[in-house]
Amino acid sequence: MQPLAERQRGFSAAVLNADAPVPPGLVGPDGVPSARRFAVYRNNVVVGLSEALKAAYPAVCRIVGDEFFLGMARIFVVAQPPRTPLLHSYGDGFPEFVESFEPASSLPYLADVARIERAWTEAYNAAEATPLPPAALAAIDPGRLAEARLRLHPSLRVARSRFPALTIWRMNAKDGIPAPVDLQSGGEDCLVMRPAAEVAVHALPPGGAAFVLRLAAGAALGAAAEAALADDERFDLSATLALLLSAGAFTDVDFGNPKAGDAP
Amino acid sequence: MIVSTAVSGGHRVSGAIPARAGVGLKAQHYRTIVNDRPNIGFFEIHAENYMGAGGPPHRYLSAIREIYPLSLHGVGLSIGAERPLDRDHLLRLKDLNERYAPGLFSEHLAWSTHETTFLNDLLPVPYTEEALTRVADHIDEVQATVGRQMLLENPSTYLAFEESTYSEIDFIAEIVRRTGCGLLFDVNNVQVSATNQQWDPIAYIDAYPLQHVQEIHLGGHAEEADDKGRPLLIDTHDREVDGIVWGLFRHTVARTGPVPTLIEWDSAVPAWPVLEAEARRADAVLLDAGEGRMQRAAAG
Repeated sequence: MQPLAERQRGFSAAVLNADAPVPPGLVGPDGVPSARRFAVYRNNVVVGLSEALKAAYPAVCRIVGDEFFLGMARIFVVAQPPRTPLLHSYGDGFPEFVESFEPASSLPYLADVARIERAWTEAYNAAEATPLPPAALAAIDPGRLAEARLRLHPSLRVARSRFPALTIWRMNAKDGIPAPVDLQSGGEDCLVMRPAAEVAVHALPPGGAAFVLRLAAGAALGAAAEAALADDERFDLSATLALLLSAGAFTDVDFGNPKAGDAP
Repeated sequence: MIVSTAVSGGHRVSGAIPARAGVGLKAQHYRTIVNDRPNIGFFEIHAENYMGAGGPPHRYLSAIREIYPLSLHGVGLSIGAERPLDRDHLLRLKDLNERYAPGLFSEHLAWSTHETTFLNDLLPVPYTEEALTRVADHIDEVQATVGRQMLLENPSTYLAFEESTYSEIDFIAEIVRRTGCGLLFDVNNVQVSATNQQWDPIAYIDAYPLQHVQEIHLGGHAEEADDKGRPLLIDTHDREVDGIVWGLFRHTVARTGPVPTLIEWDSAVPAWPVLEAEARRADAVLLDAGEGRMQRAAAG
């Protein structure tokens, strides 16, 4: 008789490998092995996970079409099956996979569209927190502003691209209308977050992404602004802060040292 | 912290689930349910869909739980696996039980995790002494950790294991005896497995330990064929409940009396009225079963 551990090892290996032989001792009602019956489990596992990716990356799917997407997803599923039963977190490695997926190399922006969709999913499921009101920084002495440390909303994510990925994502998101896009028109960065019930996606101005990423790493406002200027000399601190405040990007402000765990 | 929703009044209905039809909760229907408050006995959730930190799933579920009793149905604990249960996952189930106070809590006679890989399907368990011991130990651990009785759902299966030494019913009955768990009886799974294994579904129901059944599941299946052209039913939950399954449901509740009964529709999810119509149909069968029992009691 087969020990349970050995049975499950053989079963799981064959479920994920379509070329593997059906494990012995798995039979139909006549006691005879049946490849077709085992294939139901293979199909459930691989198609089920591929459909979960399709639900998480709808714009990527719309850009490449169902057939291409599911073919790409199947390869990803077998290479990187989920490590937990929490499928809403499955697929965090998918944008990197898309980037290195040779058959998609003619769409160099595709991985960045996937990054926006991943950020959307993470923002959707992130912890709740109440944003600071838009006027929260108005009361601060301008002389101390550079030392302010802004705590970011737990749902906040940044997606950067050398391509107009945000424009392409919007055209291929629900209700979007695809149109020609000039890929040489420059990069687009965006902020994805859910300050309350709904996920919102905002275009970030030049240097804005670098600014937010430095804040996320624990930098004070002044140091983050310097990093943003180094990233892009067009960086405009007051316009960027106004956008972030109206988006609900901050949950707290203080003037102390960075708290443990805030550092990158 | 959960930000309250517009409908939140802070008063939650009792968690006790009535012997009526319920519907599996889908994100597509959140708004309709909160706005229109349809007359449904209860909603059931897949526990794993509510294990994120926050967001619309928890916001809507909190609002819906105030209006309706809830059933918590796990699909990822992998009770039938040889490996130890995932303690983190078990604690997440305990948290959901405490947070939403569901009237019923169930999981599957199946496995889905091997080593650290989650296979996202309810894979079948061989009916051996070793598997029985393993499953019973796992259910003991679940009930001790979560602090309440668990219902175990009978599987839909596509093949059999040569090494099995128990019948499915004897296996399940022995688990109930050893662990004190209750049963969730999936009547569609009975039809799927009975067709695929060439059992008589009526004989299966008549031999089942129905006295331990506290909930029933009804769902749709697809019909395919195996290598030899024999019918192979697939448990797809993507369509209406099949006519034969409605018949088996009547047969079951004629024996059990009215039991909380869930309409499961997890894929190709239809507009809300389609689900509500399925629930009405189940409610009518449950009402008949209740009246039949009262008449028999009065006559006897």
